[in-house]
Amino acid sequence: MITLNINGFEVEIKEGSTIYQAASSIGVKIPTLCHDERLKPHGSCRICVVEVEGARSLVASCSTPASNGMVVHTESESVITARREILDLMLANHPLDCLTCEKAGRCTLQDLCYQYDIEESSFDGKKKKYEKDTSNEFYYADQTKCILCGKCVYVCSQVQNTDAICFVDRGFETHVGTPFDLGLAKSTCVSCGNCVAACPVGALMPKRKEKFRYWEIDKVKTTCSYCGVGCQMELLVKDNKVVEVEPVKGHSNDGMLCVKGRFSYDFINHSSRLKKPMVRKNGVLEEVSWDEAYDVIANKITEVKESDGADAITGFSSARALTEENYLMTKLMRAVIGTNNIDHCARL
Amino acid sequence: MTNGIADIQKADALFVTGSNTTESHPVIGAQIKRAARNGAKLIVADPRKIPLAEEADIFLKIKPGTSIALHNAMMNVIINEGLQDDKYIRENTENYEELVESLKKYSLEYAAEITGVEAYLIREAAIMYASAEAASILYCMGITQHTNGTETVMSLSNLALITGNIGKVGTGVNPLRGQNNVQGACDMGALPNVYTGYQPVTNTGAREKFEQAWGVKLSDKIGLTVTETFKAIDEDRVKMLYICGENPMISDPDTHHAERALDKVFLVVQDLFLTETAELADVVLPAASFAEKDGTFVNTERRIQRVRKAVEAPGEAKPDWIIFMELMNRLGYEEHFNSAEEIFEEIRQLTPQYAGVTYERIKNKGIQWPCPTLDHPGTNVLHAGKPARGAGFLKPVEHLESLEIGEDKYPLVMTTGRMLYQYHTRTMTGKTEGINLIAPELYAEINPSLAQEKGITDGEVVKVTSRRGSVTMKAKVTDRVNKEVVFVPFHWDSGANVLTNGDELDKYCKIPGLKVTGVNIEKAD
Repeated sequence: MITLNINGFEVEIKEGSTIYQAASSIGVKIPTLCHDERLKPHGSCRICVVEVEGARSLVASCSTPASNGMVVHTESESVITARREILDLMLANHPLDCLTCEKAGRCTLQDLCYQYDIEESSFDGKKKKYEKDTSNEFYYADQTKCILCGKCVYVCSQVQNTDAICFVDRGFETHVGTPFDLGLAKSTCVSCGNCVAACPVGALMPKRKEKFRYWEIDKVKTTCSYCGVGCQMELLVKDNKVVEVEPVKGHSNDGMLCVKGRFSYDFINHSSRLKKPMVRKNGVLEEVSWDEAYDVIANKITEVKESDGADAITGFSSARALTEENYLMTKLMRAVIGTNNIDHCARL
Repeated sequence: MTNGIADIQKADALFVTGSNTTESHPVIGAQIKRAARNGAKLIVADPRKIPLAEEADIFLKIKPGTSIALHNAMMNVIINEGLQDDKYIRENTENYEELVESLKKYSLEYAAEITGVEAYLIREAAIMYASAEAASILYCMGITQHTNGTETVMSLSNLALITGNIGKVGTGVNPLRGQNNVQGACDMGALPNVYTGYQPVTNTGAREKFEQAWGVKLSDKIGLTVTETFKAIDEDRVKMLYICGENPMISDPDTHHAERALDKVFLVVQDLFLTETAELADVVLPAASFAEKDGTFVNTERRIQRVRKAVEAPGEAKPDWIIFMELMNRLGYEEHFNSAEEIFEEIRQLTPQYAGVTYERIKNKGIQWPCPTLDHPGTNVLHAGKPARGAGFLKPVEHLESLEIGEDKYPLVMTTGRMLYQYHTRTMTGKTEGINLIAPELYAEINPSLAQEKGITDGEVVKVTSRRGSVTMKAKVTDRVNKEVVFVPFHWDSGANVLTNGDELDKYCKIPGLKVTGVNIEKAD
């Protein structure tokens, strides 16, 4: 363990930790655009610079190891000046379309410009302009908004391990692209959207089926309902409708989702959902009340039990339903109907 | 899984077999790739050159249904090279001598002939697995969906036991469970032979415990599995079938047989949509989706996690538990729960593995069972220190050719599986436009030399025929499969499962041999 001082507070932390980690451990927030605990430190965006007493210059806290006796200031005058300068430079090559940008309300660049009072860039120069890549069915890439923090590239290569995207070209022309810039649909991209979740600005965004603002939605943390990995996710809800799904860091998913969990939620609000019980009458399924449906089922159960015994009734429970629901169906079959004929789709 | 998912990063070697992980469990697939890139050795065995094969140190392109021969030969190599863990075997297993004797005939040459994998690769894989400090086996339906699936798992268990790769971090025999709550459904005793927590219905003590809790007399007769039910309907032994959230018209073997049975029986189906199965029902009940209710799912690493209500269910649809409760009351059994949490409280009184879990405790993070008390942290590694039964039993198992193999009329082996973009019977993914654009239809992967022999070009419509029927689909010509293998994803209706065999079942657990079907393939007329 080592001890250092951050903003006047003593911090004890494991050797090998970064200054950023040391600060986080005592609740000192350092702004960052490119940092992600899952990635090897890459120090791309520089917004996390801090002042270390005795150091020749400001250092990037996300990639500088903390050392014993270090004295750190995270919001000193020189730090604030540097951060304002960095934001000023970033904004020089970033469209100021926050009024219509879908990321507004959850854009780290927007938040930092607000925090450090940067209204517009003081530099007037060439601005990059790229066509949006809309070839992926579920998300789009707008390189015009990219700040080149590299998070998406490293999430794809170090976390998702798909290597679909990379930095292309050099200098002012640098952008995130696919091999030969053929577009996402022709890359090895598996549409997991984990890069989209990592993007701090509006450069990678889910394709929306309807408009919403992030401040209009409620978030509900839950467990994915597809395979057995048990990924943790948040459902974004507006007007009783799930409008987007985002990954959450959980034990089993490490902040990742796949294309199904992330983008295939249309079934929830689909027009063909069953809305009323139905009973077959004269060969046709007709909508009925719950009362009538329960009567038909209960009468049939009683009739079969009388004529053929309880073992002539079988139930298939569901690996898709809740634990509690599986329990109750086994209780219905065993305790109420009186048979052990209860199974589910584990083998199929 | 005997070990948690995070253990994948702690293994020195990973043996992934019968699992197309990056497509069927994509988020675990990504974690396997990460482990391999960070230095773990990766051995992949699969009949197809799946994406994970590209990352593997050793890829064994095995003939479907021959895993036992592979595992036995690997163990034979391990013992011949002296790489077994003698101390672990002595202290924690029984029947080792009999196992060693049974392995002798599985020479590399013999196994190579059965599996179609070159002998030196089997040898290298065995040495790689056994030499690792901690080696983990990850498997899926490619191991289990065989008429000798249980024994195939036993052979994997033998492999882990003789190398001491069980009960420690980064090791284990780890089945990847295919559905969000298949673990929870099993834990709850949605199985014909056990109550919750795997307490046998044939055990008098267990039965008396549940009789007391539920206030009724209970049957001691083991019930029917899903796969036995359709035959029982044929034979008039079952007259009524109540299906909650399953779609056997697509997921079960031998669709024509399933359809005849579903047509004959009085059928109740409770689901989100009018599925292919619900269309045959006498009563259809509208259920709420996962986004419309509170409760829990249990994942493949035995972690009990919260599900939370985000939106209201459409129309008059209700959570399944409310439907069951109201029906129980209608049948004269008093049952009153105000929430899923109240049901969970009853579950944990009856289920030792769940006794220490409450909704409050899993508010932020799920807990892995067994969790016997309120101050127990949950269990990441099973069989720690010692196998749960005391000594791990090394049961010798023999390779057995599937009955589907060997008829001239059906010279090819069809194997089935999932693809990344669709899920199971498409009830949910089939509602997303982008998914359907990428994965629109049924197809068969066939090898280029087979295609050439049969005069089939990529994208052409072909007819695949088995003893049960014929299905037409598009050909995808690819060297992912060898010449004698055809792969068909099972997601589509009137598809792969029209061809599979529902009669021959594993003698222990009644799983059908969905991964090996004898077929022929021709250009469609």
